[in-house]
Amino acid sequence: MEIKQENVMIELREMSKSFSTKNGIVHALDRINLKIQKGEIFGIIGMSGAGKSTLVRCINLLERPTEGQVIFDGRDLTALSAAELRKARQSMGMIFQQFNLLMQRTALENVCFPLEISGVKKEQARKRAEELLEIVGLADRKHSYPSQLSGGQKQRVAIARALTTNPKVLLCDEATSALDPNTTRSILELLKDINKRLGITVVVITHEMSVIEEICQRVAIIDSSKIAELGTVEKIFTAPKSAVGKQLVYSESRPQANFDDSNTRYCRIVFDGETSFEPILANMILECQAVVNIMYANTRNIDGQAYGQMVVQLPPDERMAKKMLAYLESKHINFEEVDYV
Amino acid sequence: MFKEGMLQMLGVGIYESLYMTLISTLVAYIIGLPVGLALVCTDKDGIYPIVWLNKILGFIVNVLRSVPFLILMITVIPVTRAIMGTTIGSKATIVPLVIGAAPFIARMVESSLKEVDKGVIEAAESMGASPFQIMFKVLLPEAKPSLLVGSAISVTTILAYSAMAGAIGGGGLGAIAMNYGYYRYQEDIMFITVILLVVIVQILQEVGMRIAKISDKRL
Repeated sequence: MEIKQENVMIELREMSKSFSTKNGIVHALDRINLKIQKGEIFGIIGMSGAGKSTLVRCINLLERPTEGQVIFDGRDLTALSAAELRKARQSMGMIFQQFNLLMQRTALENVCFPLEISGVKKEQARKRAEELLEIVGLADRKHSYPSQLSGGQKQRVAIARALTTNPKVLLCDEATSALDPNTTRSILELLKDINKRLGITVVVITHEMSVIEEICQRVAIIDSSKIAELGTVEKIFTAPKSAVGKQLVYSESRPQANFDDSNTRYCRIVFDGETSFEPILANMILECQAVVNIMYANTRNIDGQAYGQMVVQLPPDERMAKKMLAYLESKHINFEEVDYV
Repeated sequence: MFKEGMLQMLGVGIYESLYMTLISTLVAYIIGLPVGLALVCTDKDGIYPIVWLNKILGFIVNVLRSVPFLILMITVIPVTRAIMGTTIGSKATIVPLVIGAAPFIARMVESSLKEVDKGVIEAAESMGASPFQIMFKVLLPEAKPSLLVGSAISVTTILAYSAMAGAIGGGGLGAIAMNYGYYRYQEDIMFITVILLVVIVQILQEVGMRIAKISDKRL
């Protein structure tokens, strides 16, 4: 999918970042090219140490790339002076895994902080901060200090704080990784809502596939300093191509025990939005007059559509197995033979 | 032994000690706080790295801190005379006290500011805060409780230094302890001054810690 240049919010061009450490130079990012579209929720996922956190910190130049360019809303950030860069950063909000709130300020004062920095009058800043606390659902806790708030509430304050200056982009660096599943869901809902209501481009960094599937439209998978795979979330969920993509998508389904019985054949059947409504497996069994053993099955709701995958053990009879695969083929079902679940 | 004059003398001693200590602490903070702030900010990982300046400041602080206070007092006598016009009495003691305490305070301030969460500083940077804004809106306010604890420690240390100044003609309780207890063998008076010093230290420390605790919103 090619994105029109006028719709690009963030573009990374041949961007590399290396650190010199005691043990020599570490290449955290290697010639990254990436375009993030205006108004989308873009996910960046990878195993820990893959470079995803460095990547997001390069977007607002908290880390300065060693090479390449970061184009934000048509401007090359790497070419700006320190003062210009500070000004540009006011159009990019950022939230963090550890919330990073000012501990000696109340929620309201925290949300006022970016406005104070940009020189907005106190009265006006307070008004705006109160509006934002309302949006994130914390109007009643405005005089609480961060130490009196729960993790989810702290992240809400951080989100309100990141939004005060009307940014065009919201960068989320593992924003839900320190939260429990329920709180995570509510924070993701909030991000989705903000994206929809205010039209802010959201970049989400995470190591959890569930976060991506919950809110992202497109995703880039980072592996060993490079983008291993890039595409819509549906595409990557139904048919991950890279090794790391497969690992991330299917990781939850890996059983504890290994099926090392080499005589048995397994087949992964992937359902997309349309086929998940058809009773494919039941039809196949009726048609072929033989049973299969379901090893694993799972469906996910991605952007309102059901996606699923199922790993079945094919009958030991070679002919019957072939017949089944042919049946799936004839129904245009997405499947592959696998040797792991 | 407890003549009318004696009580009055101790009263003056307490007053002089407190006067020296508090004025010296104040002036030493006026010098030490900016130096401590500069030490943190100009560090190579700081918000405004200037490595050469950081090295020079660190060196000066270390040199001053390694001179024993008694020697320092004698060394700076010409400076004291130039500033205060005299080299004896409690007013004159303020000069060496400030010179001795400012580097100590700079290090105390530095360690307090280094406790501020790096993530919070980074968050401020991500919002476009300038180094000055980070200093005055993040570093100092976030470190306030720790700075207050530091000042309680500093003020008691300076009180102890001021008592030492009694040995070379400074005023206050230290001078009384020296003159009566050491030179005239009146150990009871020395004992009383020591008790008074202990009580003053206790009060200053306790008050400082209380203020620090009340000001800390993390609890």
